[in-house]
Amino acid sequence: MKLIFERGGQGQRCTILPECDVPEVSLETPGRREKLRLPQVCENEISRHYTELAKQVYGVNHGFYPLGSCTMKYNPKIDEATAALPQFTEIHPLQPVETVQGCLEVLDKARNLLCEITGMDDMTFQPAAGAHGEFTGLLLIKAYHESRKDAGRKKIIVPDSAHGTNPASAVMAGFQVVNIPSGKDGCVDLEKLREAVGEDTAGLMLTNPNTVGLFDKNILEITSIVHEAGGLTYYDGANLNAVMGIARPGDMGFDVVHLNLHKTFAAPHGGGGPGSGPVGCKSFLKEFLPGLQPQPGETGLTLQAPSQSIGSVKAFYGNFLVVVKSLTYLLMLGREGVPQAAQNAVLNANYMMQKLKDLYPMAYPQPCMHEFVISAERLKREKGVAAVDIAKALQDYGIHPPTMYFPLIVHEALMVEPTETESRETLDQAIEAFREIWERGQREPQEILSSPHHSGIKRPDEVQAARKPVLRYNFPETKAQ
Amino acid sequence: MNHPTDLLYSKSHEWVKFLDENTALVGLTDYAQDALGDLVFVNLPEEGDEVTVGESFADVESVKAVSDVYSPVTGMVAEVNEELLDAPEKMNEAPYDAWLVRVENITEKQELLTAEEYIRFYESEGE
Amino acid sequence: MGSFLPNSWQEQQRMLKEAGYDNFDALFAQIPEEVRVKSLHLPEGMSELEASACMEEIAEKNRRFRHIFRGAGAYSHYIPAIVKSVVSKEEFVTAYTPYQAEISQGLLQSIFEYQTMICQLTGMEASNASVYDGACAAAEAAAMCRDRKKNKVCISGAVNPQVIQTVKTYCFGNNMELTVIPDKNGITDTEALRREISGETACFLMQYPNFYGNIEDARLLGEITHEAGAKFIMSCNPIALAILETPGECGADVAVGEGQPLGLGLSFGGPYLGFMAAKGQMVRKMPGRIVGETKDADGSRAFVLTLQAREQHIRREKAGSNICSNQALCALTASVYLAAMGAEGLTQAAKLCSSKAHYLQKVLEEAGLSLKYPQPFFHEFVTVSDLPSERILGALEAKGILGGLPLSSREILWCATEKNTKDEMDQAAQIVKEVRKQ
Repeated sequence: MKLIFERGGQGQRCTILPECDVPEVSLETPGRREKLRLPQVCENEISRHYTELAKQVYGVNHGFYPLGSCTMKYNPKIDEATAALPQFTEIHPLQPVETVQGCLEVLDKARNLLCEITGMDDMTFQPAAGAHGEFTGLLLIKAYHESRKDAGRKKIIVPDSAHGTNPASAVMAGFQVVNIPSGKDGCVDLEKLREAVGEDTAGLMLTNPNTVGLFDKNILEITSIVHEAGGLTYYDGANLNAVMGIARPGDMGFDVVHLNLHKTFAAPHGGGGPGSGPVGCKSFLKEFLPGLQPQPGETGLTLQAPSQSIGSVKAFYGNFLVVVKSLTYLLMLGREGVPQAAQNAVLNANYMMQKLKDLYPMAYPQPCMHEFVISAERLKREKGVAAVDIAKALQDYGIHPPTMYFPLIVHEALMVEPTETESRETLDQAIEAFREIWERGQREPQEILSSPHHSGIKRPDEVQAARKPVLRYNFPETKAQ
Repeated sequence: MNHPTDLLYSKSHEWVKFLDENTALVGLTDYAQDALGDLVFVNLPEEGDEVTVGESFADVESVKAVSDVYSPVTGMVAEVNEELLDAPEKMNEAPYDAWLVRVENITEKQELLTAEEYIRFYESEGE
Repeated sequence: MGSFLPNSWQEQQRMLKEAGYDNFDALFAQIPEEVRVKSLHLPEGMSELEASACMEEIAEKNRRFRHIFRGAGAYSHYIPAIVKSVVSKEEFVTAYTPYQAEISQGLLQSIFEYQTMICQLTGMEASNASVYDGACAAAEAAAMCRDRKKNKVCISGAVNPQVIQTVKTYCFGNNMELTVIPDKNGITDTEALRREISGETACFLMQYPNFYGNIEDARLLGEITHEAGAKFIMSCNPIALAILETPGECGADVAVGEGQPLGLGLSFGGPYLGFMAAKGQMVRKMPGRIVGETKDADGSRAFVLTLQAREQHIRREKAGSNICSNQALCALTASVYLAAMGAEGLTQAAKLCSSKAHYLQKVLEEAGLSLKYPQPFFHEFVTVSDLPSERILGALEAKGILGGLPLSSREILWCATEKNTKDEMDQAAQIVKEVRKQ
């Protein structure tokens, strides 16, 4: 496929802007010397270029996308429509407060609904993604301990099954990470946790259901062990889709939680973003929240900075339009729809697992929540077919591969999360594909090892890409130099 | 797999070549590079940095993993092999030419293995 | 109530049975009874029609201004129609991060093209695939410059206060020490910078044009910074970069900025786009996704996420940043915008912005608002007046015009872009004149 720089040519352009209707001013400051090289294309050329690129992208609109831990559910079109309303998209973030009452109502309503779902007392929408939410939530924990002059609490406990963002966020927030191994059942090892907590414990970060797709049955004990040691508890909401409306982090003993609106609350992933990672907290932490919070005033909503705010993790109020999408989604689902979504997410995962477990070894064979983890270790040992090869073969069946090689505690892991918006028919087809790949792996492993056969490109040379990085296009003129 | 007999080896898979009593080159063994796969980058310490027995002083990256490199000696980094920054593949292709650091003022060294002992060690480890 | 479940209730029951469960309760048996929700206090669900009407009703409570003279970090530019058409393609909207290169070439290529365009604008060697917004880009850039011996960040007081605040909050996190270098006459006080910067300073961060709209002598600030052995970070307006000396030419080690002017709506502050580009060895310290070109098994050109071993999913607590989701669709928006504008169009936009801002400044001066700083400016400037800012802005609002941002009771930060016509600027100045008469 041609790059956009290789399309069009000298003189091709779009006519977007008018002539200048005021005297032209040239700046006296030094101007750029290097010639600016951007595409020279007419509108038709742009349209065709991106249409062609779009053909080489696999989205939820194409088909099954069981990417574990990412909750690739269907993104309702009405959410896109409401987020495109000009009364939202054309509002300057620094307009007088009385002229942005609609925007503040969106934030306030979304906060109320999500606090009810999580069992929290307040929430900020400033964080732009899940990892950003983790960082924010950890800063709340840091500010809390500092406000109590309990500055010796420098350690965050993280299970070894956690997403990589957890330890990375903890370090960004100035903490040391204490990794604790998971038990054989994939859950928190209570003994190890008891050994790990102490006067230096700032808090625990936990994903529940965890990354192997299990709800930790000892959850109340876990949070109370940490609380008794004087630490706070952080709920990574990456997997909330399994339990929304069924169980609430606040009731499990968590003090801080982040959500991924782009996972659980149906906002699209946009090829990597924008997301939204709101952070909820119990009332004793709300004065530490970042940014400005909508508060009821005499003539409507106002914006107030919490009294001991940690500051700002981003400009303005977060990825506002993403909040609009999720609010629209929540308004539609309501009281009945929220738990039903979770129920069906869990049902779809268990249904698939049940129909695959005679062939594929399950890392944790007990009933799962919204996702399950296959271990391809045996197939790799016997036939040389690894998790990555199964993943690539699935592409030829028109299925997006599951998450590979995560969690790290499972060898040759494939993490499958079907989500609730897939029909039985889709699941049955995927089950069939998985089974066929297994059988072909036994019969003709070479065919699987060289897959995919029907995608746009064959397997790319990632080693070369990393050893000799080519990170931008070299324009012909510069090449000659 | 090639493990020259004139070198010494650590259990964390580094080779050591003593240039004199207080100076040594340190690199990754053939066994290590094979296990790690195609290496794409190395993070090296700075000249003048102290290294300590058993502590990580560098890390090497493959496409989807990063691994620490541990120091078999205590001393000061006198030179780093900057060539590896541009040509990390050398660690795969010629692991015994691809030294990472030259350490001087060595005050302590780990109990190191001969080539024969090292081969026996990793073979038993793999079982 | 609304639902996006494809399976009917009967079908769900059959699937439950086949999966080995009697009912949904049994499916959730692993959840302890004590933490199960007994009653959920959410409103009843709605149909699509009702939800749509409800959101429209909320949206109506906002007020859209016909004419906008306010910037301060969020800019009202014209967005070519092709931009919306391209970025609303479902493929781009509904895909995840392109981990599976074979079925994501379109997305990966679009990011590679974006990276190229950002390098072109900034004059830098490499760009990442985006971060959350300009403020986060500045904060991440400061963290990137840190090393074992250098733990201090200096930032110009003429940087957008929200950016300073964000950098400060990140520093509260990673325990870096932040010093704000005061401004003098609307630009960074170079004497103060020389005084404060030291061998322990990791970086100095300036804004270009700065918060007051003034174009600082970036080259000089870069020289002072480098003399002290620190890294030089420039936070830039991407449209201004069409005509200004580039960060690369000014000696910047890292260039960042808010990409919202490149085709993204005002949207009450987000989603926006943080862009980030770096030189030399700094490339490997950049946070976030980076796309690289390579070949596939058949030798054809292919694109992949590369340098992944920098990132949190591999390096965990040793990663330089925790970022994974970014603003990919916003980066695509910026690419399409830049493709539609082209170098010629973007340069035209920059010249229009600057010319209009200078015209606005002139007519406001005639209306009694004088220019505060005697500095060259791009498309923003500060006025002082004996009239209260509130009265001036109130009078404009009454006529459907969003005036500049009040910085104090007597100072206003104005902005003009290619969207503002001569007529509306004359009208605004006329309104200000009338306030004075009252």
